[in-house]
Parts: sequence; C-alpha cells; structure tokens
Amino acid sequence: MTLLRISNLTKKFGGLMAVSDVSFDVDQGKIVGLIGPNGAGKTTVFNLITGNYVPDQGEIFFDGQNLVGLKTHKIVSLGIARTFQTIRLFKNLSVLENVLAGCHCRMRSGIFSSMFRFPYQRREEKMALARALKELEFVGLREHMDLKSMNLSYGNQRLLEIGRALASNPKLIVLDEPAGGMNDYETQQLVGLIRKMQDRGLTVLLIEHDMNLVMRICEDIVVLEHGALIAQGNAEQITQDQRVIEAYLGIDEDEE
Amino acid sequence: MEFFFEQLINGLAVGGIYALIALGYTMVYGVMRLINFAHGDLFTIGSYLGMTILATYAVTAYLGPFVGVLVLIVMVMALVGIIGVILERVAYRPVRQADRLSAVVSALGASIFFSNLVMLIWGPRFRVYPEDILPRITLNILGLDVPLLRILVLVTSLILMGILYFFVQKTRTGTAIRAVAIDHGAARLMGINVNRIISMVFLIGPALGGAAGVMVGLYYGQVNFTMGWSYGLKAFIAAVLGGIGNIPGAMLGGLLLGVIEAMGAAFISTAWKDGIAFIILILILIFRPTGLLGERVADKV
Amino acid sequence: MLKHKNTLLVLAFTVAIFSCPFFLNPYWIDVINNIGLYAILALSLNFIVGYTGLFHMGHAAFFAVGAYTAAVLNTSYSIPILLLLPVSGAAAALFAYLVARPIIHLRGDYLLIVTIAIVEVVRIALVNNVFGLTGGSNGIFGISRPEFFGFSIRRPHEFFYYIWSFLAISVFLFHMLEKSRFVRALNYIKNDEVAAEGSGVDVAYYKLIAFVLGAFWAGMVGNIYASKMTLISPESFNFWESVILFVIVILGGSGSIRGVILGAFLIVGLPEIFRQFAGARMLIFGAAMVAMMVFRPQGFLPPVPRKYATHKIKPGDETL
Repeated sequence: MTLLRISNLTKKFGGLMAVSDVSFDVDQGKIVGLIGPNGAGKTTVFNLITGNYVPDQGEIFFDGQNLVGLKTHKIVSLGIARTFQTIRLFKNLSVLENVLAGCHCRMRSGIFSSMFRFPYQRREEKMALARALKELEFVGLREHMDLKSMNLSYGNQRLLEIGRALASNPKLIVLDEPAGGMNDYETQQLVGLIRKMQDRGLTVLLIEHDMNLVMRICEDIVVLEHGALIAQGNAEQITQDQRVIEAYLGIDEDEE
Repeated sequence: MEFFFEQLINGLAVGGIYALIALGYTMVYGVMRLINFAHGDLFTIGSYLGMTILATYAVTAYLGPFVGVLVLIVMVMALVGIIGVILERVAYRPVRQADRLSAVVSALGASIFFSNLVMLIWGPRFRVYPEDILPRITLNILGLDVPLLRILVLVTSLILMGILYFFVQKTRTGTAIRAVAIDHGAARLMGINVNRIISMVFLIGPALGGAAGVMVGLYYGQVNFTMGWSYGLKAFIAAVLGGIGNIPGAMLGGLLLGVIEAMGAAFISTAWKDGIAFIILILILIFRPTGLLGERVADKV
Repeated sequence: MLKHKNTLLVLAFTVAIFSCPFFLNPYWIDVINNIGLYAILALSLNFIVGYTGLFHMGHAAFFAVGAYTAAVLNTSYSIPILLLLPVSGAAAALFAYLVARPIIHLRGDYLLIVTIAIVEVVRIALVNNVFGLTGGSNGIFGISRPEFFGFSIRRPHEFFYYIWSFLAISVFLFHMLEKSRFVRALNYIKNDEVAAEGSGVDVAYYKLIAFVLGAFWAGMVGNIYASKMTLISPESFNFWESVILFVIVILGGSGSIRGVILGAFLIVGLPEIFRQFAGARMLIFGAAMVAMMVFRPQGFLPPVPRKYATHKIKPGDETL
C-alpha cells in the first residue's frame, strides 16, 4: 500500500531547477533511501514534503491527502515527522523537554485549562511525560534526560532529534542524513534503531551519504541527480544501474 | 504649484539629512546585524559639538563662512567618528557573539547614556546655534525663491553621499566592508581583518551622523538633547524603507521620506506629520519587509 | 529540599511585601504601588519577550488601549471602573490581535522596529484626539475610583492591596502556565522557530496568542492605572515606557517570573532611592545596561529549568 505518493514535483530557486519533475512512491512499512550526489535536490524534496517549501508544480499525497499548501505543523499532525541535516535542537532546553516538543501536537489543553490545572490537563501532561520517557528509552537517552540538549555529544544530538520526531506519533519519519557525523559504532546503533522503528510499524524515508548504510537497510532506493530522478529500485538494481554508476563515479571525490 | 515645488525642495533638504543619518544605521546593520540605537544620539552630539566649536573657536571668523563651515563639519565628523569607534569597542564588540537581544539592550543603554551625557554637559533646555554663520539670502531658481541654506544642506549631503558611495564601491576598504556585510567568516578567510572593518564602519557612520547634526543646527538654529530620538527613528525608518543594509537604499529612503513627510504635512495634516513616517514603516514591513532596494532573503532550513 | 527552600523564599517575600503598609509612609507606598504595576506589565510582556523571544518594544500601546477603554467608558457612560477590568483587557487583546496578525511573521529587528512604530502611532493618534474620544494631548480626567462592595479605593495604602493582590494572582496563574504545554511551546519558538514548526508547533498561532495574552494583562493594568491616577494623557504611554518594560524583562531575567519582579524593583525602585543624584541617574542607568549585557546577558535571575515528576511515571502507564 502506498503511504506517500510524490508526483511530478518541481521546485525552482531563481533560475536554478532544484527539483524537476520527480515522482516516486513510498510504500507503507518500508525503509526507503533517497540518495544522490551533493546538490542533487534531496533535502529540497524533504523540505517540500514537510511543507518548509511550497512546490512550483506537482502533488504530494500522504495517506490519500494532498499536502501541497499545508503548513509544516499541520503536516506533522497528519503523521510526518522529520529530523534536520544540520541538527536543530532546542539548545537551551533539557533533553526531556526536547522530546516533549514532539508530543505537543497530540495534546489539546489550552491556556485556560493550564492556568487552572483542570484534571484533564494534568492527565494529559502525565501521558505526554510517559510518552516522552518511552521515546527517550527507545533512542537510549533516558539517562541524559536532565541535560541541556546542547551538552549532548553529536551522535546523541542526532538520536535526540529522532526521539523528538517519534514523540509526535508519526506514520512516516523522514531522516535527513541521520548518520552524519557519527562514528562507526554509533552508525551501527543507528541501523538497529531504524530497524526497530520499522518493527514498530513506521515507514522510514531517509537521505544518507553512507552508501554502506543505505545498501544495508533500505528496501527501496530512489536516486536523484541534478534535481531529476534517475533510478529507483532495490539495492542490487541500483548498484548495477549504468546512470547511477556514472553519476557517482565522477563525483564521488567531492562527497562529504 | 509653486507651493508644491517649495515643499519638494524643503523635503529634499530634510531628506538629505535623514539619508546621512540613515547611512550610519544601514552600514552598521550591514556589518553587524545590529540596530545601533545610540546612533541618533551621536548625531545629537555632533550637533552640540558643532555649536561649541563655533562659539568657542569662531572658525568662520577666520576662514570665512563657507570654508569655515566646511572645516567645522570635518572637525565634528572626526570627533563623532572617534566616539563611534569607542562605542563599538566598549558596548558592542563584547556582545557580538551573544544573542541578538543582548546587543539590542546594550545599544539602548548606550543611547540612554549618551543622551543624558549631552544633557549633563549642555543642559536640558533648547540651545541656539550662533546666528548668521551663513548669509541668509534666497536664490531665485526657475522662478522659485529658495533659501541658500536649504540648497547648501541638500548639496552637502549629496556630496557626502557621493563620496561614501565611491568609497564603498571603488576602494579596497569599501570592498572589504561589503564582504564583511555578506559573511564574517568568509571575509576573514579572505584575509580581511573583520574587527578593523567594523571599527571603520563605526568611524564612517557616526561621522556622517555628526555632519548631519551640524547641518540641522545650522538649518534650524536650535538643538536639544532629545532630538536624536526623533531624527534617529525617522532615519532608521528611511533605512528600512530603502532596504536595511543597503547603502543606496538608505540614500533613496532618506530623500523619499523627507519628501513624503513634507508633502504629507503640507497637503494632508500637520498634526499627523510625525505619524506619517511610522505608518509608512508599518506598511512597508507588512508588504515588502526587505525595503525598496533590498533583496529577498530566503529562510534556510 | 530545594522545593522547600523556594516555598520559604516566596513566603518570606510575600510577608515582607504585605507588611509594607504598616511601616511605610504614603510616598513610599506609592513607589511600591508603581513597582507593582510595572511588575505586572513586565510579566505580561514576558510572555512575548521572555518566553517567546520576540523583540516587542511597543507594549505601552496595549497598556494605553486598556487605560483609554476604561477611561472613556467610565467617564462617558459611568460604568464602574472595576467592572471594566475585563473589558479593558479584552479591548487591548483585540487590538493586539489586529495589529500583530499582519506582522507576526517578521523576524528579530524588523519586529522590534514595527512595534516601536505601533506605539508611536498610537500615541500620535491619542494626541490628535482620534474619534473625538481621547481628549487630545490633555487626555481624559475625572476617572472614578474602584469600588469593592461600596468600599472606595483611594489612598495609596488601599491601592497597595488592590495592586499587589492582582500581582499575586497573576504570578500564580503565570506560574501554572509555565509548567504547561503553552509556555513550553513559546520556549520552543524562542529556541528555534523552524524546529518548533517542524515538531508540530503552530508557530504563527502561538506567537499571536503570546501577544494577545500579554496585551490582555497589559490592558487590565491600564484599567488599574487609570483608576489610580484618575487622569490619563498620551505622554504616559510613549515609547520610553515600552523601553522601560523591555529593560525590566531583560535585566531581571527574561522568561523568569522572579527575575522580572526583581527587575521591576531595580528599574523602578532604585531610581527613587537615588533621587538626589537626579542628573547623573539616567547616565548611570544607561551605562549599567551596557555593563549588564557585557557581563551578565542572561539577567540577574534567569529562569531555572522546569522540573518534571518523572519518578511518578510507571512503565505500564498510559501514554499519549
């Protein structure tokens, strides 16, 4: 079953064609990789999905609903959560409060009920706290929950972003270079974590430069070059695709 | 019709003064992303220094009115420029790495400090400039009677703006200023001494403000320690109108604001004269926050 | 243990404040009253500047709308001023909603400047006797005193209880809010707007609500102020008032209730103590602001991290 359908997506920045006529589907429950050389338009596709940019043309259907024109927070509440390539945590807040941010869109209590501590509000806060702790446990950061998030190690900051995304109870999680800046051991842990997300029933869409990681865990891979889709398939098909090899051969040295 | 052109020239003269002050705001904003709230008070200081120098040293008596005023303006520019450099070192450089709010509050503090310093030194009441420094004659231009002073104010500010524009566009230091405005890190990698360039901007901006201060003193004949606020705010609005951080924008914005104000006061309502600038500001920020000449900057995600 | 200490401190402070009327003369009680008014105003601004991190320097405009609403309705229709308390708040909130909506997307300095413009336009409008209601630069006089069940509040001592009770209630409610998803959302926005939106926080909505709530409280203070002064004029609501409120929040400790109250004492109270140095007072004030930002930019009493009852959560508990 298709969870996310992207059709004929196009985005221009001034004269630059960042994404041109890209179409692909993401199936429910799959781990899908989006790869391509630097500047291929991967992050732009992510930003279009999450509503940070508005496409010039094309459609994005999620769970049967068109996302084009919706604001980011609305898309999050529909069930798409993301992480950022350049880590964007709430630096001065604790690890726990960072994860609670994800719970926000699943909570309903307003100013009035909070000022007067209505029982409903207190129950909701408690449930949110339980959820946040569960996600911290899941990404392995529970012991650090009282630290300011800026004091976490780089790898742990990436995990915290994932925890925050998970707390919004998404159907689809969109990870922008989750292994960026991680060492081998941390990357290994991450692979396990992504598999565990799949076991929870989540669909995962990720951008990654670590080909090894992509080939190992992605069941479906989409390759972009210069904003256009050049190949789609499983790991084996992609490694044998002539255009993909060409795209990567000349450019591999410029990576990172 | 005659009235219209009179107001136009009047507006241009005031606008030239706004533009000179606006340049200081826009240059500082360009290199530091900081609204230098104290800039209006540096303008006031310039005005008072001009008054004191005129009264004490009578430069115009030795050098004749025109050369004398020219020398006076240069002296005041140098003094106010130095104060500007000190201001940056003491109040802004230490908070450059801190969050933006700190810099804003530091700038407000500096502004309060300077305006009260002026009050302590020169007193809280209006002070009058020495009279008849420049001959009070009117010229007849195309059938319009225009006071010489008004022309001189406009011409002087245009010349100063021309020099600045040439400096920023054509010289090495000017190029460095533009580079620092775009990206501190990259400029540093190119071998530019960012601190020196920022000091330079704090020399030039306040110097221009000081020159505007002298001209206001000569033009209106009286000065007050609080005048920096209203002129400063107007000039800042002019900078935003033109596109903050954009040097030609500040010039255009200043002249335009001067004219709009003069026209508004003449044809709409004098009582709302001060309000016009603010209403323009609100409108421009709602509909085109980057100003007339500013470029659109996309949010980076 | 820490919680105990905090409770004791709050209690000690409350006792100290509420014993003031027993030993201070009316002049000093009036100073304390002003501190109280500024403290509530600054706490209302704290929603916008402190929690949300928005550069808002036009708070006096909301204060003015509340005060003028109270003054006009009270003097023209003789509605008891106390009944107008929520009306003043609502008028200021509505005004805030209308002016903030189109500018809410502006960032940092742009917002700062446009809020300055708003407060100036409001003041100029009041001076020009807009709608023929505001009495021009003379303002409105003859505003009646508040009456509690037939007891009229007139003297500084009586206003003291009125103002400080209002402050105490406000502090209590705001303290509750601080521990809720509402202020958390504002804090997320302050830390990183893009990440907040990306985590599911409706950034534009919450910014607007911060303005509306802050303005509601500022409007109510406007009502109290009008009834305390019995006459109001445009000059009480100029840009300078906004700056003072802004500085109280930042110097005291932005986002911290204790900090903001301390800030009000320092900014409004200290100048009273140093009256004899009238001339140099503001000079030192300006220099102190610079020094503060250089040496302690987070303010005197920055917010302390919120505590969560994580120990009360058991593994099997219901989750969101």
